[in-house]
Amino acid sequence: MHGWTGKILKVNLTDKTTEELRLPPDVYLRNIGGKGLSGELLFEHFRHSWDDPQMPLAFMTGPLNNTSSPTSGRMTVMSRSPLTGAVCDASVGGKMGTVLKRAGYDGIVVTGKSLDWCGLSISETGVSIGNAAHLTGLPISETHTQLAADPAMKNGAHAMIGPAAENGVRYAAIVFDGHYFAGRGGLGLVMAEKKLKFISVNGSLKTEVFDPDELKAAQEEIFRLVSASPMLTGDLGITNYGTGALYDLMRSRRMMPTNNFRQTYFEHSPSMNAYAYKKQYVTKKFGCAGCHILCKKVGAKGEIIPEFETMSHFSALVGNSDLDVVVEANRICNEAGMDTISAGVTLATYAELTGQALSAENFLQLLDSIASGQGEGVALGQGALRFATESGRPQVAMVSKGMEFPAYDPRGAQGMALAYATSTRGGCHLRAYPISHEILRKPVATDRFSLSGKARIIKISEDMNAVVDSLTACKFLFFAASLEEYARALNAVTGMQTSAQELLKLGERIYYRERIMNARNGFGVNDDDIPARFFEESGSSSEAILIAPLKRSEFLEERAAYYRIRGLDEQGLPTAEKCAELGLPC
Amino acid sequence: MLKLLTKYEQKLVDHGLCASGTPLVGGVNDAVIWNREDPLSEELEKIIAGLNINSLIFARPVEPFCSILNYLARHSDTEFVPEDTETRTFLHSIPVARSLTATEIIPLLQKRKGCVVAEYGIISFGTVSLEQAFVVFSSIIFSAFVKFFVDYAYAQQAGAPDPDAEKMLPEVLAAYDQFLPDDVEVELITGDFLNSDDIVRAMIQAGQATVNARMVDSFFGNISYFANDTVYISQTGSSMDELESCIDACPLDDSACTGITASSELLAHRDIYLGGSNLAILHGHPKFSVIMSMLCFETDCKNRGKCHIKCDKPRFVDDIPVIPGEVGSGPRGLSNTLPPAVQGRRGAIVYGHGVFTVGQKDFRDAYASLAEIEALCRNTYLKIISTGTEISSQR
Repeated sequence: MHGWTGKILKVNLTDKTTEELRLPPDVYLRNIGGKGLSGELLFEHFRHSWDDPQMPLAFMTGPLNNTSSPTSGRMTVMSRSPLTGAVCDASVGGKMGTVLKRAGYDGIVVTGKSLDWCGLSISETGVSIGNAAHLTGLPISETHTQLAADPAMKNGAHAMIGPAAENGVRYAAIVFDGHYFAGRGGLGLVMAEKKLKFISVNGSLKTEVFDPDELKAAQEEIFRLVSASPMLTGDLGITNYGTGALYDLMRSRRMMPTNNFRQTYFEHSPSMNAYAYKKQYVTKKFGCAGCHILCKKVGAKGEIIPEFETMSHFSALVGNSDLDVVVEANRICNEAGMDTISAGVTLATYAELTGQALSAENFLQLLDSIASGQGEGVALGQGALRFATESGRPQVAMVSKGMEFPAYDPRGAQGMALAYATSTRGGCHLRAYPISHEILRKPVATDRFSLSGKARIIKISEDMNAVVDSLTACKFLFFAASLEEYARALNAVTGMQTSAQELLKLGERIYYRERIMNARNGFGVNDDDIPARFFEESGSSSEAILIAPLKRSEFLEERAAYYRIRGLDEQGLPTAEKCAELGLPC
Repeated sequence: MLKLLTKYEQKLVDHGLCASGTPLVGGVNDAVIWNREDPLSEELEKIIAGLNINSLIFARPVEPFCSILNYLARHSDTEFVPEDTETRTFLHSIPVARSLTATEIIPLLQKRKGCVVAEYGIISFGTVSLEQAFVVFSSIIFSAFVKFFVDYAYAQQAGAPDPDAEKMLPEVLAAYDQFLPDDVEVELITGDFLNSDDIVRAMIQAGQATVNARMVDSFFGNISYFANDTVYISQTGSSMDELESCIDACPLDDSACTGITASSELLAHRDIYLGGSNLAILHGHPKFSVIMSMLCFETDCKNRGKCHIKCDKPRFVDDIPVIPGEVGSGPRGLSNTLPPAVQGRRGAIVYGHGVFTVGQKDFRDAYASLAEIEALCRNTYLKIISTGTEISSQR
């Protein structure tokens, strides 16, 4: 095959055995890779609890990894979420996707549970499972340094968990190459449950490309669009300011979640924007393998500059006006291997429930206590919904399906309300990302204060992003390019003869399969919802911008339309007819 | 939804692209809604059902565009490929269907954003908004028009003009005269402007005037004003005739990123202001300026085929430089090539793309220059094809 290696490594940690799985070509063609292929392989296992040894944890590349296709360094991690109980996949950057292909594998599927902490080492010459007890308790940076020091893994890639996962935090992440997070939903805790501390990979194999000249032409098309994108490569775009470039927009549109989503404007935000970080920390850029945008930022003294969501939640959401505190809080989460979005929302929930504003010291101490699993941190490590439920006020948790909301208030971009509700992994902005058209005007602008007609847009966007995560490309690129250009790249790499619309059909199947998995675990219409706060309370309006509560009737109407468009019944459950159409078991 | 459908139907008419009452505009959420009843909607709904889209436009363009599209369809196999910037960047190619049937059209629209249906018109779609369908519809017309005239001039210079094109040329030119508005004179507000309300008002007026004069299509083109160490610029993807709430204020020191939604040409605009004493910039896509930018009769040029990024000859149409440059800020971006070219001049033409003009205090001179450059290019083109005279490629 071109593009794919044709081999997936299966690892059973209970008996420490490995085997190679070879799938028929049509399975690859139907699922592409990444999210799609993970869903295919994990589908029948999703009745297992997240902590059942039989529940797999999948790491999956795509056909474009290890080729010159733009932003082809990403990959997918998938399992069942300890935080939500729903499907959980994360698209992660770094270089693991590229290096795993160089080692000769399209992916890794880990099952079982080791008795002791172990690590998995993979190269083109073999696979070994070793002891990893000496790495437990270490911060991520130290763990990464030790893994990278292994001569056999020179220039290799490393995935690891940190203390947060070891201490049972339900939103613990898996950290790749020291900086790149499979951040949401607690995939790190799944890895910890299996007693798998790290995966190190090295390799030098090439990925066969069907038509290199055609790939070059596709690459030029994509680069041309990226160059034309102010969001990506403009003077104010993420290549210069990182994803933090969004911070000023959220402020100016008065949709920055503040004080646990009780307000939507933070008075200190003008002095806490990406420009302030750039000036204060004299930042430089870095990023994933195979990417020229380089959206990540590091300060002159090595400080990791927070991404947009962290910038926002660690300032406005928790009422902190000190840049240094944001950077330190980010460092604590990074070193612990912990999702900053869930951490921020959980602490904002804590502040609202206790009725006490978080001081900087208290904020940092609580983060430390979560990471180390001590004191109040044990309960806070269970996530906002469990913490609020324990306190008798679950409505205070700003979550959907138990996953905490990122830094876009849905009252300021109403499509986001439906996107949060219908997302298969819960309160996630990345499944449909209506911010793209409601705020960033890409591919064209839509009315951010209207839900009308958004159901179909959300559905199409979910299908599209399912393809993007299966390719495995970077969603940022799709602020500029489209599946039209990526279909050309995919055809060039694999020899397929597909098109943008045919890919969308695959995306529809991939996404619908996740609805089936969730339905089998009891998720339905009541879970496709957002907290009452957004329907009952106004945001922080200005003279020019009114941030009104969402209208419940409009939301329900559009959700019902979404179900019809998606081919679900009125309870949000899969139908036999649609399953048959998509060739999926119901 | 119906309001939106009607808006885009009217927009197609107002922009002079379609005759009143002819466009079929469909929107889809959980059901398809049309702007009007039509027997063709049944077949079009089959097309919608075969695609993952939320909007569709089908219409027959007015003359001369209809004849040009049919000509290009007659002279193409499965598609034609104009070489202007809009095609290169967004459309890639324009497929041609021979029948208005779902079975023929669905495979074409699976790959491209729109297609020509020979003898019928254009079909385009959107996955997010009707705006996409409108932009593609308009862009296909623009790109086809440019290709027709560019190809004709080259063929004529080579001594072998296509008889079919030669025969239809007088009618096409006459119809284009009809397409253009009778009177493009407009009283624009006098500057300079200091407060943002005045700036925004002047930008909205100049943008509307540029659209009315048909010097820009769909949402292409942009406009800016410089005051208070801030560049006020139209947002990316904003229509020049709908600039209300679509202007970003971008401070020179980049102290706020709110301009992340600004036009992709922000950097070029900023550097033009920093390199001179201008306060206003207007960018349109007048058709003959684009056509003239693509006509170069240099033989054996090593950069042939890469003119849009590699042309290193100092080319001019009269006093107006023609320069290479891709959209945006890449290494070959017009953010690098445009500012030096405009310095000390009233404007410049970017190869295959459009015209940028500058104003000293307000948009009056920028607007006048845009119209003058287009008239100059049109006259120069007509002279070339009537006399066979080569244009001066160097100056």
